[in-house]
Amino acid sequence: MLAQIGITIAQWLVVVLGAPVLAGVIRKTKARLQGRRGAGIFQPYWDLRKLLVKEVVIAENTSWVFRLTPYVAIGTMLLSAFIVPVLTTAAELQFLGNIILLMYVFLLSTFFLALAGLDAGSSFGGMGSSREMAIAALAEPTVMIAIFAIALRAGSTGLNEMINRAASDPLLLLNPGHLLAFLSFFIVALAETGRLPVDNPSTHLELTMIHEAMILEYSGRYLALIEWASFIKLFLFLTLLGNIFFPWGVAVTLQPGAVAIGVFALVIKLGVLALGLAVLETALAKLRLFRVPELLSGSFMLALLAVISFFFLR
Amino acid sequence: MLNSAAMLTLLAASLMLFAGGAAGALVFDRESGRCRRMTHGLALCGTVLVLILGIAGLTGNSFELLLPRILPLAGGLALGLDRLSAFFLLTIAVGVIPSTLFAVGYTRQYRQEQALLGFALNVFVPAMMLVVLSRNVLTFLVFWEAMSLASYFLVMTEKDRDETRSAGWLYMVMTHAGLACLLIGFLAMLQATGSFSMPEWARAAEGVDSGVRSLVFLVMAAGFLSKAGAIPFHVWLPRAHPAAPSHVSAMMSGVMIKLGVYGLIRIGFEWLGPGPGWWGVLIMIVGAVSALLGVLYALIDSDLKCLLAYSSVENIGVILLGVGAGLVFRSYNLGSLAALALMAALYHSLNHTVFKGLLFLSAGSVVHVTGTRITEEMGGLLKRMPHTGAFFLIGSLAISAMPPFNGFISEWLTFQSLLLSFRVPEQFINLVFALCIASLALTAGLAAACFVRAFGITFLALPRGQAVEQAHEADWTMRTSMGLLALACLTLGVAPVLALRVLSGAVNEFLGAAPDLSFDWSNIAAASAFGTIAPLWVAVILALLMLAAWVGLRVYGANFSRRYYETWGCGRAVQTADFEYTAAAFANPFKRVFAFLYRPVEETEIEAHSESRFFVKTITYRHESRSIIEDSIYAPIVATVRRLAAKARTVQSGNVHGYLLYILAALLTLLLFAK
Repeated sequence: MLAQIGITIAQWLVVVLGAPVLAGVIRKTKARLQGRRGAGIFQPYWDLRKLLVKEVVIAENTSWVFRLTPYVAIGTMLLSAFIVPVLTTAAELQFLGNIILLMYVFLLSTFFLALAGLDAGSSFGGMGSSREMAIAALAEPTVMIAIFAIALRAGSTGLNEMINRAASDPLLLLNPGHLLAFLSFFIVALAETGRLPVDNPSTHLELTMIHEAMILEYSGRYLALIEWASFIKLFLFLTLLGNIFFPWGVAVTLQPGAVAIGVFALVIKLGVLALGLAVLETALAKLRLFRVPELLSGSFMLALLAVISFFFLR
Repeated sequence: MLNSAAMLTLLAASLMLFAGGAAGALVFDRESGRCRRMTHGLALCGTVLVLILGIAGLTGNSFELLLPRILPLAGGLALGLDRLSAFFLLTIAVGVIPSTLFAVGYTRQYRQEQALLGFALNVFVPAMMLVVLSRNVLTFLVFWEAMSLASYFLVMTEKDRDETRSAGWLYMVMTHAGLACLLIGFLAMLQATGSFSMPEWARAAEGVDSGVRSLVFLVMAAGFLSKAGAIPFHVWLPRAHPAAPSHVSAMMSGVMIKLGVYGLIRIGFEWLGPGPGWWGVLIMIVGAVSALLGVLYALIDSDLKCLLAYSSVENIGVILLGVGAGLVFRSYNLGSLAALALMAALYHSLNHTVFKGLLFLSAGSVVHVTGTRITEEMGGLLKRMPHTGAFFLIGSLAISAMPPFNGFISEWLTFQSLLLSFRVPEQFINLVFALCIASLALTAGLAAACFVRAFGITFLALPRGQAVEQAHEADWTMRTSMGLLALACLTLGVAPVLALRVLSGAVNEFLGAAPDLSFDWSNIAAASAFGTIAPLWVAVILALLMLAAWVGLRVYGANFSRRYYETWGCGRAVQTADFEYTAAAFANPFKRVFAFLYRPVEETEIEAHSESRFFVKTITYRHESRSIIEDSIYAPIVATVRRLAAKARTVQSGNVHGYLLYILAALLTLLLFAK
């Protein structure tokens, strides 16, 4: 019991406190790849601290929805941090829900952010909201079909079972369905977390930004909460990619040794994925907004192929 | 436990209350206020009895009633109550009670039409109740038609408007085309089994040729789907529902169309006996198409009530996905999965009644105070109508299947039952299910976008017109009714255990198989551990974490001072509503992505000053999208009917002698055949 509570809190803290540093590592790597020195990997923490001591400026036209949204954004991500198995699949708090719940909790946060984007009455916010919802909606079928592909092999939509089942399969990486599902889920993760080539997280050019346009009116502690929430979302998506598709090292028991290996494995997986993301973001340009649906339908076809391969190879 | 006599007393008492309401409408024709309070009050009391009857039925009470003296030609008036009927009685009551309460305040604006509204309402509600209880052909058809006619008169309340009249006419045509389909099916089954009683068909169906049963299924499914508003039979729905007063829209969208689903469930699972798998596949395809196209049309509509009507088409689609999946599973002898899928469909149907009722009622109070249904003219209403706005937000979250509201639970159940389809050992069926999962997921995403747009453009930012600026909150009856429904959205979302318990009882009795679902106060688990969820804990922990974030900021010592300042706008001089993102602009990415479906026609006219073309005087922008279904299916039918009608006109010469000749010819023909 004590071990359960301990590991649950430990996992949650790893996500919540580790998320900014992951963003920092990606930024640093990107900077080095682009020939810049870049800020230190702990810069996101200093940014958050700076935002927290700043005064909040609120647009006059806004309603309580605008002031509630940052709390919904951080609340949903803090909740998700309990659900995703980060270090071990033996933690029991994942009874809260399966991967479908997780995706809907993410959508809930997007829903409120999009409302807040409309609330200030500026064109930028509305534009961001509209585009964000379009991408979220178009990504949804791929997410579900990729989940279906994984659930078919795992015989479950529970995150723990999915990871345990994948870990017990020695020929995992030779399975075409697994690789196809990974590719499609990877593309969706890029879209959902607002990374290149779908959205550029570091742009502040009005006509190209999506997520940043939507949260343009936020400042001070509200902005800090929203930024933190998006760091956590990125962390969770990369963890899902790492743990579901490359399940080695995730602790199946609460033995201290196993958990230590879990920590080690997590750091390596996230490091590799962060490096991959940085290389990708350096090599790729942002897609035109109306080319994004083509990218997403491509990833949908990959996911569907993963499902078909299961049914025809069984 | 209640005995059968007590149940019948309840039924009779509720019918008497409705009859009293109808009579009151005629007696107090001249006194608008008294008529309004009396008719709606009595309808409300009658519906409360329906609710009690439904709850009694769901807890295992039942009755059978046969009155051979009434309708003697066709085996008398036959009524009966089982758990499935009781569940639909519950759905009816849950939708009707808040709507009639709302109507007490809302119908104040209809001074002239009070008697008609009251009378039609007091026919409409008991007719729906009796449809669900009907146990033989003629009983069913009589009440089905009474329901359609009463709702027609309710739709026609604002009959002075051209739009309403054409909507009413279309509704009349479509509902009778549906009735004709049902008649054909009923008569064919009558011929095949020799019985008027539907429960007897279920027993005799095994002996009937399967080809005949399949044909009957197709014809009757078309009839029921046209009432349910599934694509391609939906054309009347987005016209008739918005044209009706809002409490009627809530009842039609929330309740009446569910009776189409009820009929479909009865024929698919019971009356026509066990059918082949393709029945289910067909219903699933209709469901997937309805869900997707329904939400896509809702997404671009700028009329608030039209949008909600299209979203009803979408939700019927989601329900049909569950029903169709159930039919497929049953044909492969996967009884517990069939029960799970049907349970998901029924739960979504109850949920849709709750949140669509809530949305139509709150849209109604917005339309009531602003005098417009066009979202582009609204904005900023959350500050002027704080309660209505909050209720609309709750409804929007629920219909977009956001946890912790009720829509999420039923959509989650639907997903679970579709995902479990891998147990069907047939690759073609597996593929159909995969595509249905994808379309349901896309529907969910688009629904979220649709309701961000609906709520955001209507209630947030700045008001776009004078009437909207002076809007005020609705009266207490209207707010109470919305509050009840909002509470139901939350309750059915965080504590679904009660609803799940009665539903699994009902489905178990109906299909003879327990659903593959275990649940208690906090947990739901589909197919042992295939998918689990703890809605109550999710809600509690989410709320606690949001609070913790606030407390955490306080403890950390974050800067809590705030300053109000104008919205940033790239250096423009003053912020007005003209700078706001419009509903059309919000929907534009979707219009471009799905252009093959919308086939938009856009016209932009720019009038410039004579001195320089860079000084623009006016810009007119017109946008229109054509309905692909109306153009490709209905337009040819209408054209053919018109051509035939023009030909038939030559027979009608206006010459009295000619008409006498027709009569003679008809008489001779009859005599010839009568022998």
